Amino acid sequence: MAIRHYWSMAAAAVGFRLALVLFGGNLHLASRPEVSTPLTSLRRLAEGYWLKQASMSPYSGSMYHGSPLLLSVLGPLTSSKRSGGHHAHIYCSLVFVAVDFLAAMLIRSTGRRLQMARNRSLKSLDLTRSVNSSVNVSSGDAASLIYLWNPWAIITCVGSCTSPIENLMVVIMIYGACSRLAPLAAFGYVMATHLSLYPAILILPVTLLLGYGPDSPPPKVFLLKGLSASKVGMPENEISTGQRDFRQFAWKPVLHFTLWVFIWSCYVLLLSSIILNNVGGRQEMFEKTYGFILTVKDLSPNIGVLWYFFAEVFDVFRNFFLIVFNMNIVFMVLPLAIRLKHRPCFLAFVYTAIVAMLKSYPSAGDSALYLGLLGLFANELAEMQFTFFLFFGYIGVSLLSPVMHNLWIWRGTGNANFYFATGLAYTCLQTVLVVESVSSMIKHDRKLRLLVKA
Amino acid sequence: MAPPARQFSLLSLLILLAAASSAVGVGEEEFTEELLLRPLPDRKVLAHFHFRSSAPPAAAAGRHHHLFPKAISQLVRNFHISELELSFTQGRWNYDQWGGYDPMSTNSAKPPGVELWAIFDIPFTEINATWKNLTHTLSGLFCASINFLESSTAFSAPRWGFKLNPGNLRYGALPREAVCTENLTPWLKLLPCRDKAGIASLLYRPSIYKGYYHSQKLKLTSSRSGGIILDQTLTVVLQPESFSGKQLHSTDGQLHPSWSMEHLFNKRLSGKCLVSKSSRIFVEIEKGIVDKSGSEILWDNEVFVLSTTPDRVLKEIDHMEVQSSSLYEYDVSNYNDEKPLDVGITWKRPRIWSCTPPPYHASRFLMGGGNERGSIALSFLSTNLQKHLFSGSNDCLRKAVVFQVVPWYVKVYYHSLEIFIDGSRKDISEVLDKIHVTPSEDKLSPGTLEMLLRFPCSMQSATLTLDFDKGFLHIDEYPPDANQGFDIPSALISFPEFNSSRTYPGTDPFFVSPLLEDFKEDGVVKSYTEVLLVPLTTPDFSMPYNVITFTCTVLALYFGSLLNALRRRIGEEESELKKTAAKRGLIPLLLAKLRGKKIDKSNSGSSPASPSGSKLLLKVVFVAIVAVVFHYLSNS
Repeated sequence: MAIRHYWSMAAAAVGFRLALVLFGGNLHLASRPEVSTPLTSLRRLAEGYWLKQASMSPYSGSMYHGSPLLLSVLGPLTSSKRSGGHHAHIYCSLVFVAVDFLAAMLIRSTGRRLQMARNRSLKSLDLTRSVNSSVNVSSGDAASLIYLWNPWAIITCVGSCTSPIENLMVVIMIYGACSRLAPLAAFGYVMATHLSLYPAILILPVTLLLGYGPDSPPPKVFLLKGLSASKVGMPENEISTGQRDFRQFAWKPVLHFTLWVFIWSCYVLLLSSIILNNVGGRQEMFEKTYGFILTVKDLSPNIGVLWYFFAEVFDVFRNFFLIVFNMNIVFMVLPLAIRLKHRPCFLAFVYTAIVAMLKSYPSAGDSALYLGLLGLFANELAEMQFTFFLFFGYIGVSLLSPVMHNLWIWRGTGNANFYFATGLAYTCLQTVLVVESVSSMIKHDRKLRLLVKA
Repeated sequence: MAPPARQFSLLSLLILLAAASSAVGVGEEEFTEELLLRPLPDRKVLAHFHFRSSAPPAAAAGRHHHLFPKAISQLVRNFHISELELSFTQGRWNYDQWGGYDPMSTNSAKPPGVELWAIFDIPFTEINATWKNLTHTLSGLFCASINFLESSTAFSAPRWGFKLNPGNLRYGALPREAVCTENLTPWLKLLPCRDKAGIASLLYRPSIYKGYYHSQKLKLTSSRSGGIILDQTLTVVLQPESFSGKQLHSTDGQLHPSWSMEHLFNKRLSGKCLVSKSSRIFVEIEKGIVDKSGSEILWDNEVFVLSTTPDRVLKEIDHMEVQSSSLYEYDVSNYNDEKPLDVGITWKRPRIWSCTPPPYHASRFLMGGGNERGSIALSFLSTNLQKHLFSGSNDCLRKAVVFQVVPWYVKVYYHSLEIFIDGSRKDISEVLDKIHVTPSEDKLSPGTLEMLLRFPCSMQSATLTLDFDKGFLHIDEYPPDANQGFDIPSALISFPEFNSSRTYPGTDPFFVSPLLEDFKEDGVVKSYTEVLLVPLTTPDFSMPYNVITFTCTVLALYFGSLLNALRRRIGEEESELKKTAAKRGLIPLLLAKLRGKKIDKSNSGSSPASPSGSKLLLKVVFVAIVAVVFHYLSNS
């Protein structure tokens, strides 16, 4: 069931963005800690570009921590003169609007592929009627509309920071893997990793996607179905062929993917060193981008909790906690992959959510991405618990956080603890979201199994 | 044959002595002391003490010194310093009232706090390490926290904005350093007579620390050929107590307060420091006070009268010939205990005059509120000096060099530099001739900005703005009173086209005065701006434990609950629950035993309860034994 007026709604979202960019005046979103982080701030990019133009290393001065590719693409757009009451980086914002629209379209077609795969597997399990009777939304349309109309995605897009591009790369990777386009998936993977490092852990879902294809019920369900079918006396070969289609690990796209990852990374590194030629080397680039991400050097407030933690923690323990917090992201990768290996797309969503929650400089843009991806599983997660609590929790946090920030930084009446408390609440909310979505997905799989058994 | 031998040895000794004395005569250690007094337009008095000790090149005299302080010569030798300047300042020099276009303001007006710069004569790679050692040595020598300049976040290496150098200059400033007698005492120790005799005996602490401006400076110049020259200067601006005692700051028809040395320093001068080569006192009277141009200026005229007859009167010729002053010189060696010297001035008539201000009045201020970001603005206000100096030419350009050091926690966006001339925005390239930026590295090095600007001569005001973000520090990096804010050191503005040197022609060649030599030196007009106070946001200093526990709890919650969600197998759990519902726990079992009831064997599958119970009991006993043993062992 497709959503009616999809195109008009999407166009309205794009129009809304354009209106904000062109006529919104300077909303000062670029300096909001929720929107731009030291990694994604376009203002820092402009400073890096200026330094590069002055034949200095763009990374000198602890200002810019992004990729040299972005510097050469967006840099020339930032140097245009500010004019009157116009937005400071109007051309970049127009680029971001286009990028957001593209990401939404890719999410939509990813959703279509997921839907097709889902319908096929349900059909082969003879469950189409019993499952689809409750809800059947076109998840791709829903997800792309969520992404387009998500207020966080909008302020991220308008607020001149580079996270829309990072999000687009992740979406390209997932789309490429879903449609088994190894070069595209490899491009998205390499670029996303290059831009923000954390998407590196998405290698597992991408490999699974390329190997097994899009999400499907667990293989056990098919086995059960096969058993019951043989009991009933249905022709076995029909089911087993369907099963083979789904469950055979295809090595060829995975090998292609590996090859393309290698090619793209060589290409990206080559481009970076060409751009950074004479103004600092690749060594410095890695130190100032990945090193900056991993060692949490900037302690300016953001919506996460790590900034305050590292501003307060005793220096002796700093290294220990750096290791713990970075490992915390990696720790859950394998258990999740084992339990959800039949649903690689969902796995990618969970990883993105975990990264957005635990990364060293989180921003609203990261949340916008995983909330958009969440829409892809609208059918499976229909019976998720605490959705009311989560929805209003997100609204509450996004209203309280600017207030607390204002009280602390601008009025000087509150203190850092208030703002930190909203960060803690936000992390808790995301924890609940991740845990609930994982457990309801597991419940959904169990429900399918019970349905097949019955 | 003994007596001739003795004679011979005596002779040789004499010859040796003569040779030694002649060798000393080549380059002898010298010490001179001078004091300059000058009435200021705003009813204050400037007193500038100048002491120079010089040592011949090390090879000529060996390591022994008669007059020259040993500590300084060792310092120069160990750290291979070719130039060094250290100043301790309290208060701000008032460029408008006290002059901004004369050698005094160029040489002796220093930024508040401590300023240290040094040029080293060693390979570039060793300079930073040597600088660190030097700061520690100086901090020990002058009882000041100069060692804070050791950290790489505190010093910078300007290339041309401060002083042209090939990269061997290091500059550091501590704007908040308090200056007190504990810094003066070690400074006085370097003088051969300390403050026991000579001009230094005038340094009566309560009066010199009562002043409006107090700057104590030490300047070292060393070269292979010229030896070491140590200049110690102390500049104070004092307020002589007016006899009328009213309207201290006005310059209207009121008579200026009359003063004398005894009045200012609570002491008269009774002779020079015996080892000094020359000992002089100058009274400088600005041209504006006696407006009779050309004629011989008398020490007793219709405007003022000096208390003592001067030994000599020197007329200054400014190279611009704009405004010249006259110096009344007193030779202290002519005075002794019976006839002490007490130079003073008595005003006869109210007088209004002004000192020459710098070509542009430079000031610096912060813009914006809140603790997230802000802007530094540097404003230049023309003092219309050019109109006086070069009337007519309005198409010319005037150069100004800006040198500014910003600490790393003020994260300056150099691309946001904007220039406004006479209120309208100008393209940067129109004004900016040359720029050199060393961006700050977080927790590693400060940012340095050197700019060469060209202003049109007709310009009345110019403003430069730079945006910055305020950094957030780790709680250990905040100083004890964190909410007071952080200081950004003064910026230095120099005007390379304006020279502040003053020459005194007509003096005889035997008249040597280091003070006047200093005045004669090529001095570019400089002015320091205000120190800026930037308030930074503070975290809650009492919270580290709470923050650590809260954060760890949330992360543990995430980890635990997600792992739990993954591990759960609902189907098995349900069957497990059914099983446990059938089983009975240990405590009901024990209770039942205590009541003497027989366990219904048919109810709970035969006897697994008692073995499990005994197993548990065994475990408890084992743990208890281990605990007792551990306790015993740890106590013994």
